[in-house]
Amino acid sequence: MRLSDLPRGADAIIDSVNDTASNDPVARRLRELGFVPGEPVRIIATAPLGGDPMAVRIGFTRFALRRTEADRVTVHIAENPA
Amino acid sequence: MTTLNIALVGNPNCGKTALFNLLTGSRQKVANYAGATVERKEGWFTTPAGRGVRLLDLPGAYSLNATSPDEAVTRDVCAGTYRGEAAPDLLVCVADATNLRLHLRFVLEMRALGRPVVLALNMIDAATRNGMEIDLPRLQAETGMPVIPTVGIKRDGARALLAQLDGTPPPVPTPLPPGTDLHAMVRQILADCVTHTTPLSDRVEERLDRWVLHPVWGPVILVVLLFLMFQAVFAWAQPLMDAIDAGMGLLGQQVGRLLPAGALRSLIVDGVIAGAGSVVTFLPQILILFAWILVLEESGYLPRAAFLLDRLMSFAGLSGRSFIPLLSSFACAVPGIMATRTIQNPRDRLITILIAPLMTCSARLPVYTLLIGAFVPHRTVLGFMNLQGLVLFGLYAAGIVSAVLVALVLRWRNADRREATLLMELPAYRLPNPRDIALGLWERARIFLVRVGTTIVSLTVLLWGLSSFPPPPAGATGPAIDWSLAGRIGHLMLPLFAPLGFNWQICVALIPGLAAREVAVGALATVYSLGSGTDTDQAAAQLGQMLPTHWSLATALSLLAWYVYAPQCVATLAVIRRETTSWRVVAVTAGYLFGLAYLAAFLTYHIVRAL
Repeated sequence: MRLSDLPRGADAIIDSVNDTASNDPVARRLRELGFVPGEPVRIIATAPLGGDPMAVRIGFTRFALRRTEADRVTVHIAENPA
Repeated sequence: MTTLNIALVGNPNCGKTALFNLLTGSRQKVANYAGATVERKEGWFTTPAGRGVRLLDLPGAYSLNATSPDEAVTRDVCAGTYRGEAAPDLLVCVADATNLRLHLRFVLEMRALGRPVVLALNMIDAATRNGMEIDLPRLQAETGMPVIPTVGIKRDGARALLAQLDGTPPPVPTPLPPGTDLHAMVRQILADCVTHTTPLSDRVEERLDRWVLHPVWGPVILVVLLFLMFQAVFAWAQPLMDAIDAGMGLLGQQVGRLLPAGALRSLIVDGVIAGAGSVVTFLPQILILFAWILVLEESGYLPRAAFLLDRLMSFAGLSGRSFIPLLSSFACAVPGIMATRTIQNPRDRLITILIAPLMTCSARLPVYTLLIGAFVPHRTVLGFMNLQGLVLFGLYAAGIVSAVLVALVLRWRNADRREATLLMELPAYRLPNPRDIALGLWERARIFLVRVGTTIVSLTVLLWGLSSFPPPPAGATGPAIDWSLAGRIGHLMLPLFAPLGFNWQICVALIPGLAAREVAVGALATVYSLGSGTDTDQAAAQLGQMLPTHWSLATALSLLAWYVYAPQCVATLAVIRRETTSWRVVAVTAGYLFGLAYLAAFLTYHIVRAL
């Protein structure tokens, strides 16, 4: 499933970050910010008016990203939430 | 001993600037990098052993793989390839001890540069409070560089760093083998060196964000904060402004008594004191507004506001990132437009720059306050609302609504259909540091006062000269200003502005308003005080009572509508030119603002007259 499909409060593990075009700058920046396979993430908030953008905690850091950006990240639900 | 060139590098929000302020105090210079629109902050200090240091505060970067002009500058200066910048002798890489998972990756990237690097482990006190134990000797061994704990917000928080600078210089770290997985390496280092005693979910950020980012409570908190901010600017600043106003009036009287009647007294009292005084009065408002913005920024709240407003901004075709520049534009469009540097998408950035002048800047307030006070009756409507306040709110709202419409038109006309990005860190909450706020405010106050002292005073003096010379011929009737150059210029402009209900005095005041909008008030004071022939030092203070006898309500409202768009601000146009390096954008901005101002004033004048 995709990161953008997760509801608020959900914990998941990142599987991959996929480029939507060749040399996708958003995907590259996501990887640099620590969106790498095996990293646990949690959806800490979704914005008013339709839940876009969403706030994600990864490691010690929180990021705001739009659903179109979160679409690039595939995840699976964590069995033992952090 | 030679001066040591040090560059401070690090991720955004690592506390780099606080450390910079701590080390250099007020010995700082802010400028731009040669050939770029990136802010360059440089400072100087002397180490305890007497070594002179030149410290460069590089823009925050997540990676040497740059995605913005700021990051490109950081990359090139670190590599020593930026033209006109000396290659740094030492890189001090700052990392937030509470956010090592993100920041260490960038620290490790530094090893590839072939320069001596020191890791400043900042906010070490917060890490301890958060229940983290960090094994410093081991971290030093695994990162391959000296590790020095610092606390940017404590008076002696850089003592260990200073001692390091006085000791033996650190060696150049060995570069990592190509293709090293930096994330995996960071994970290993963290596993080896850091132990957590408190679970993540108990951190302050987690608990606060549950409220601040809440879909219902978040917007409520935001509205309350913005309401308090405007309340502070308009209500709390009043006593201070009254005091400055009274002080200036007194000064004018005293100086007037000392000088003999004649051209010199007229120049000092009518030109300099009346003109500059009417502008200095607004210093409290500008400082209170900037203080709020600085506190919201330092505390880490502004990116959260951007998160909450992203959806709303997307209706205008923008992202939440545009919120911060547009909010700053309520203080002044110049810093607002400069703040658009944080918007990575070139189209969003351009649109934000184009609409920033529509946010009601504090320089327009003098004009609004004067005209509303003079023409709108002080009475209560709907039981609890003040009519004057309502009109002021309407003027702000008119600016915002116009900005949305202009943004939509621009987006529709723009061929660039690339995806709008947000991707933004929500930094840790921090108690704003009084020293950093004070330094920021001092910078603002200085810019404002220098402007008053140079541009505004020289313009008012010029205007005084234009309004006083040539003197009327002997035996002439009517006010002296009618005969002056200013009067003639005003009469020449009149055919263009008469359809808006403007008289020639307003036309004269519009000219110096080109340099700074707030000067229009001083200019009106000068024009009317010279024209009235009454006790001149009283005239500026009495402008508010005098205007209703000279202007109709339709004229006053028309001038207010004109000022919602107010294309005449050279400083804004100059900063747009600097930020976009395009005269075309400058022409488009000036042109559309002038067109809208003319249209709005025309409609207002004729509708009010018809009613």
